[in-house]
Amino acid sequence: MSPMLEVDGLSVAYGKVEALHGARLVLPAGSIVTVIGPNGAGKTTMLAAIMGLLPARGVVRYEGRDVSGDDVEARVAQGLVLVPERRELFGEMTVADNLVLGAFARYRRRERGIDADLEAVYQRFPRLRERRSQLAGTLSGGERQMLALGRALMTRPRVLMLDEPSLGLAPLVVREIFQIIADLRRTGVSILLVEQNARAALQVADHAYVLETGDMVLEGEARSLATHPRVIETYLGLAAGTRRDSAA
Amino acid sequence: MDVQIALLLSQDGLTNGAIYALLALAIVLVFVVTRVLWVPQGEFVSYGALTLASLQLGKVPGTVWLLVCAGLATALVDGVVAWREGRWRRLPRSLAFNVALPLALAALATWLAPRNPPLIVQIVLSIALIVPLGAMVYRLAFQPLQRASVLVLLIVSVAVHFAMQGLGLVFFGPEGARTPAFTDARFELGVMTVSGQSLLVIGASMLLIIVLYLFFERTIYGKALRATAVNRTGARLVGISTTLAGKLTFTLAAGIGAVSGILVAPIATIYYDSGFLIGLKGFVGSVVGAIVSYPLAAVGAVLVGMLESFGSFYASALKEVIVFTALLPVLVWLSLRTRHVEEEDEE
Repeated sequence: MSPMLEVDGLSVAYGKVEALHGARLVLPAGSIVTVIGPNGAGKTTMLAAIMGLLPARGVVRYEGRDVSGDDVEARVAQGLVLVPERRELFGEMTVADNLVLGAFARYRRRERGIDADLEAVYQRFPRLRERRSQLAGTLSGGERQMLALGRALMTRPRVLMLDEPSLGLAPLVVREIFQIIADLRRTGVSILLVEQNARAALQVADHAYVLETGDMVLEGEARSLATHPRVIETYLGLAAGTRRDSAA
Repeated sequence: MDVQIALLLSQDGLTNGAIYALLALAIVLVFVVTRVLWVPQGEFVSYGALTLASLQLGKVPGTVWLLVCAGLATALVDGVVAWREGRWRRLPRSLAFNVALPLALAALATWLAPRNPPLIVQIVLSIALIVPLGAMVYRLAFQPLQRASVLVLLIVSVAVHFAMQGLGLVFFGPEGARTPAFTDARFELGVMTVSGQSLLVIGASMLLIIVLYLFFERTIYGKALRATAVNRTGARLVGISTTLAGKLTFTLAAGIGAVSGILVAPIATIYYDSGFLIGLKGFVGSVVGAIVSYPLAAVGAVLVGMLESFGSFYASALKEVIVFTALLPVLVWLSLRTRHVEEEDEE
């Protein structure tokens, strides 16, 4: 069976500076794959290129088909969805309108079941139901992230790409968000997760890649990468290393 | 000046202000969604008025040929792009909209025009002949420039204005036209007489504004346009394409312009180049709302109408000067009130 998403030789340049050099990545159906790496490694750039927001060289295969020629809207309509780092919510519109607009492509196709999906999002995020007539710009950081996730779910994604979903959130909220990511996988969504919070990302993911200054430097099962010396040193910090030593 | 004259001038001012309000709203709409400062909104107005005037004379309006030519040009551009990219999927829809629809409308107009249909049919036909032009103008002039700066878009907008005005001369000729009043009814209200025509214009404007409000608040396409105005990247990420939003916006602008033209046709003699001045007055109104606020733009436009009406009483020769000078204090106030914000990077 072909993977849901396959990226090969993906390069992105800003002017003369290349920010991503021939990245390669495979997202099998129903799995969670994470890309970890420091600030400025090119993670956000890679997601933007996969989504079609940035011009890129290389191949992006979605469900076995090369989508390099499709624009952003066409990729969204096929179920390839990005929750960007900046969330990109409609700040001057209500929470409910933000969610409904998530299903815009489905309204155009006159699809059924949109109301049921809205209800499901409210079930998953009761906080959004409470605040549904509030403007999105007035929400707290955690609520904004929930709204961004909820809006993405309204598009019925088959591949959901999450850019730093835990960025700037309180630890309790981070745990909640990662719980939701694990839940989503059980509903059959394949997830590509980009995170600086490597510990949480490696716990929830099946497979992991390490991206540094535009190059994929490491790849492997998430569990085994979590014990890789280089990953421990750079991304999990001394504390994790100490704990492992004491456990041994 | 006595009370009676003041009331009469106010009535005139409100009537014109209602029409300017429609223009101001269209200009705000186009700007917030596409970042185009839409100078040629007035051209849709003169097209609307001249089309209705032709139909009332039993002549086939020049809009018919204009629409067919613009449609062919648009289809040609779409065809070349499809050929160059080897993607033919969208071409049938383009041909249907840009070739089949204009030809059908042209045939209908040619058949109807000499038969003197009732006024309402003439009005609907006039609007139908102008509305498709909106999306065509967007496709030809602005779709290739989605990432351009506001300044570039403004320059193109001015160019489009000259093009549309020139085409107006070609297709409508240099003669002015004025249609008979829609109604001769008059109402005595105390000391003043209210003309049915004024009430009709104000009522129609308000009705259209309410319809637009409902469109933006209640329908998914209206919300999609607001979303594009608020956050273009966010809109693309939920599948609202910038092109779709642009075409829809220009279609609405053309529709609003055509209605404005039909409302203004019995009030003033309209020439092929009358639209510019009318459009500028709508523009002054929209500036009062900083080209982002619909309610303030409408209020500003009504103020422009009043100012013009009273200005023409006191200093008839200077009425345009008075209206446009009023822009200065508004601009000073706006620049004192708002901080300068750098234009947001597009992606």
